[in-house]
Amino acid sequence: MIQFSEEKLNKVKEIIARYPEGKQKSALIPVLHVAQEEFGGWLDVPVMDYVAELLSLKPIEVYEVATFYTMFNMKPVGKYVLEVCQTGPCMLNGSDDIINYIKEKLSIQVGETTADGLFTLKPAECLGACGYAPMMQLGKTFREFLTKEKIDQIIDELRAAAKN
Amino acid sequence: MKLLLEHAHVEGIRYYDAYRKHGGYRSVEKALKMSPDEITEEVKKSGLRGRGGAGFPTGMKWSFLAKPEGVPRHLVCNADESEPGTFKDRYLMEFIPHLLVEGLIVSSYALGSNLTFIYIRGEYAWIVDILEQAIAEAKSNGWLGKNIAGSGFDCEIYVQRGAGAYICGEETALLESLEGKRGNPRIKPPFPAVKGLWGRPTVVNNVETLAAVVPIINMGGEEYAKIGVGRSTGTKLMSACGNINKPGVYEIDMTISVEEFIFSDQYCGGIPKGKRLKACIPGGSSVPILPANLLLKTAKGETRYMNYESLSDGGFQTGSMLGSGGFIVFDEDQCVVRHTMSLAHFYMHESCGQCSPCREGTGWMYRILKNIEYGKGKMSDIELLWDIQGKIEGNTICPLGDAAAWPVAAAIRHFRDEFEWHVLNPEESQTRNYGLAHYADPVYVPAVS
Repeated sequence: MIQFSEEKLNKVKEIIARYPEGKQKSALIPVLHVAQEEFGGWLDVPVMDYVAELLSLKPIEVYEVATFYTMFNMKPVGKYVLEVCQTGPCMLNGSDDIINYIKEKLSIQVGETTADGLFTLKPAECLGACGYAPMMQLGKTFREFLTKEKIDQIIDELRAAAKN
Repeated sequence: MKLLLEHAHVEGIRYYDAYRKHGGYRSVEKALKMSPDEITEEVKKSGLRGRGGAGFPTGMKWSFLAKPEGVPRHLVCNADESEPGTFKDRYLMEFIPHLLVEGLIVSSYALGSNLTFIYIRGEYAWIVDILEQAIAEAKSNGWLGKNIAGSGFDCEIYVQRGAGAYICGEETALLESLEGKRGNPRIKPPFPAVKGLWGRPTVVNNVETLAAVVPIINMGGEEYAKIGVGRSTGTKLMSACGNINKPGVYEIDMTISVEEFIFSDQYCGGIPKGKRLKACIPGGSSVPILPANLLLKTAKGETRYMNYESLSDGGFQTGSMLGSGGFIVFDEDQCVVRHTMSLAHFYMHESCGQCSPCREGTGWMYRILKNIEYGKGKMSDIELLWDIQGKIEGNTICPLGDAAAWPVAAAIRHFRDEFEWHVLNPEESQTRNYGLAHYADPVYVPAVS
């Protein structure tokens, strides 16, 4: 059964309270973020239906929004999603090499997840870190000025974190 | 001259106490003793132009706000910074968040917004926490909430996180997104000033624009207007990236030359490894790319400066735009075809799909560019690209269509020989780059041979 924890439910209530009476649809994107975080990093249909019910929306209103925005994952992803920027300024600084290196190191193609379910490689469009290129998004943080050595470090670090 | 980032490196400036100690929230104290119209008047006098890219005069935008009796109005801060090459708003919000909060309070008072939103791109997740912390501090010190400093003015600010869509930087798409919908831009008119958020009169301004309201109120509009040159008043944040020694965010007054900005140690610090300058996109990925010779000097041979007028001198034939201030530098080893392909991919990915010229055209341009880049192009493809971009421009609801067309047009306009070389040398172009050709900068010869 899909159900937010008490803490997340309070968070959702707090979000809805920001908007004027009857405008709770505005809470949809923030609540989808909460849902994705809570339910395994992606938005399955029952999860979206649950959000629709919480906000008194029709399910289609949730699906059409969730599928529009690239940050919402429509299929399962690994525990860690490596989102490497590939747009112009990062490309000038070697993002192609970084993407290729990760593909080789983890033996996955772009868009795929490793067999152990730890890593997904997802190419991203400009993330607003052009001066600190090449870079990737990892959860809530940015990892910048990437090199092959830094990729090795990050992957080791995440593998260690996953064990704990 | 620094107005916005003057205190950005002061220890603890992210927090209220240090910010207040360095003159923070003085503009709110001053503004609350003025009438809302007087504040708008100061902003008009300052000559401040929208810092998000379009450069529309802010005071004028404010004066268009409809004020029907009994209908709430809103201010929305556009922090959806997504234009490739642009990361200045991120810097401002990350390091000196109270400056934005202060600007928002003054602007909300001027516009009569009791409920104000910061719409921030979803990927800047950690900045949401920084801003919410700053808002909470401002509130606990009496600068937000009910009856601010005894003025009778109430205001709340909330941060709304987007979820990964370049298009939501377009103001009507942003409002749709803030209403919990897909980011499809609206047909204008009606403009947001009349029908914006939830159909109410709304002003949408960029982060840097709203932060600039703080020095404008502190020093007065007329004093602010004395900084800079002509209609490029005040200071501008530039985010510099690409092949330069010192990438980062710089606050400039708009009187310095492009040459100084790229080569002086105070700013970009020149090009790494003694390489030569090939080209530059001076104002975010959507504005025309310029070869070095047209970048440093205008077609008339005059020095080009870092301001709205000088960068657009010569129109799109020989000039570009200051845009969002996303300054992308290319050294001699960069391939313009490959870069244009990358940007075409970006616009294809980010098109909302509402208008067919943009939805179909951006993908078509990408596929043609990919063929040329990978040695499968034909000469007629270059003409076809030119034709497609011309049919997207001006034929879409929002400016994303133009933004996708301009980089392709400018690349062909100035670097046609490089495209032709790719077509004529399908194998060689896979192993080496075209190089500098005739558009090298005439000023800087490599220091090492």
